[in-house]
Amino acid sequence: MSRNGPLALAFHAAFVIFMLAPIVVVCAVAFTPDGYLSFPTHGLSLRWFRAIGDYPEFIDAFWLSIGLGALSATIALAFAVPAALAVARHRFTGREALTTLFMSPLMIPNVVLGIAFLRFFSEVGVGGSFAGLVIAHIIFVFPYALRLTLASATGMDRAIEQAAISLGASEWTLWRRITLPLILPGLVSGWVLAFIQSFDEVTMTVFVAAPGTQTLPVRMFLYIQDNIDPLVTSVSASVIAITATALVVLDRVYGLERLLAGRGTDER
Amino acid sequence: MSGAAKDEAVAVRRFARTVPWLLSLPALALFAAVLVVPLVMTVMLSFHDWSQYGGIRFVFILKNWREIWSDPYYFEMFGRTFRIALLVTLITAFIGTPEAYILHRMRAPWRGLFLLVLLGPLLISVVARTLGWALLFGGSSGVVNKALMTLGVIRSPIPFMFTETGIVVALAHVLMPFMVLAVWTALQRLDPQIENAAASLGAGQPTILRRVILPQAMPGVLSGGIIVFTLAASAFATPAIIGGRRLKVAATLAYDEFLNTLDWPLGAAVVVLLLVILVAIVVTANRLIERRYAEVLG
Repeated sequence: MSRNGPLALAFHAAFVIFMLAPIVVVCAVAFTPDGYLSFPTHGLSLRWFRAIGDYPEFIDAFWLSIGLGALSATIALAFAVPAALAVARHRFTGREALTTLFMSPLMIPNVVLGIAFLRFFSEVGVGGSFAGLVIAHIIFVFPYALRLTLASATGMDRAIEQAAISLGASEWTLWRRITLPLILPGLVSGWVLAFIQSFDEVTMTVFVAAPGTQTLPVRMFLYIQDNIDPLVTSVSASVIAITATALVVLDRVYGLERLLAGRGTDER
Repeated sequence: MSGAAKDEAVAVRRFARTVPWLLSLPALALFAAVLVVPLVMTVMLSFHDWSQYGGIRFVFILKNWREIWSDPYYFEMFGRTFRIALLVTLITAFIGTPEAYILHRMRAPWRGLFLLVLLGPLLISVVARTLGWALLFGGSSGVVNKALMTLGVIRSPIPFMFTETGIVVALAHVLMPFMVLAVWTALQRLDPQIENAAASLGAGQPTILRRVILPQAMPGVLSGGIIVFTLAASAFATPAIIGGRRLKVAATLAYDEFLNTLDWPLGAAVVVLLLVILVAIVVTANRLIERRYAEVLG
């Protein structure tokens, strides 16, 4: 295979600048000493990072997002694991239709999901509540949880299970000692991906959230609708720093390659 | 096989028919209750009546649909939505495909690094990424305009904020990773020997690109294109931030109807129409792609 020529490398450099420029700018503006949003900035200051402390809404929203992501990813996984085992191991009528239904939240635009949930929750009486947010996010992250569980359940060697059965393992022992450990990497990846999707979701959540139950992206979105001060840039920069730290830790502890294994092509 | 084992096998097979349904029952019940029901309710909502003081009336009328059909405002708004989506798809395809090929040809440490550069932005909230573009665009003296004028690409500043141009650029950035990933995945299946074979038969680099690489990358470009198009047509945060309060697309208009005007039935009709058009486009595109590549992909 030949190497990339100078033209290709120039194109690549321009592409990398295009991809990174807006993110770098947000981080740079976070350190502005000015009271308004503008770039380039004049001088350095931590003023807007200190200002985050004066707005507990952002900190509350951050913890709400963390809790919502963890809860919805866990519940979605609890529903997805048996479904994934069913689809991966059995050939039955309706299997295709079932998979399509379970993957459908990927096909339905988030704005449609948001409106459908807003309508439904206000009828049922959980409108604007944390419970409503959790339900909406379970559905939204379900395909991610399912797909990675499915990938590991399809790829596992059934002979090991048969060996365990022939050695007299009970159903429970089989599940706890053989099946679960074998599909665990898929579950971990599915959980992390589901958590990330939930943490970043804004379009659907903006419809479902009420003032007391705003997630961090929703809080940020609503803040820049009404304000033009650099507070959102310092919040964004903090979240980017936290995300980067989490990725490094995850890479050291678990391995990013391993985490992303089985990742499909049509991620949102 | 002994008789007992055979009996057991028959029993297992009979049991196997109900097992998958038992296993998927919890998820199926969940989806029926909190996805299918809300979607059906939204479709029904689009046929209900609404008035400023009376709120929603549970009747079956075509008022909202007629309003969307007859008011040129909605025609223009949907036109804008799909024009933006189409432009974003074309830009990501024309920039993303060569980039995916360049990534594909990179060696070990660089490829991982630049994949991270590509995928990293996906982990950062779309609100933060769009804010970055708003800062770069920033009026007529914005950084992007200054850079383009210095490079001699343009003579006078282009307005980016509150324009379709700005929405298209920012959305192309937000959705670029999906296109590059899709094409890159398609290229991964490419046998490196084919390129060598073409070269040994006397094909120059341009011929190899056009006759060998591009046809193999095409399925990736098309599936990436479908993903980018649907996400761009239903995008919310980016058009809302860059487009401002006036320049509406389907998702931001629906948001206004639901949370400001409170005309829920009309908002529901807008998103149901968006969903129907998108499903029609995706199904048609998939059919065409399948027919086109049935022979190639076997």
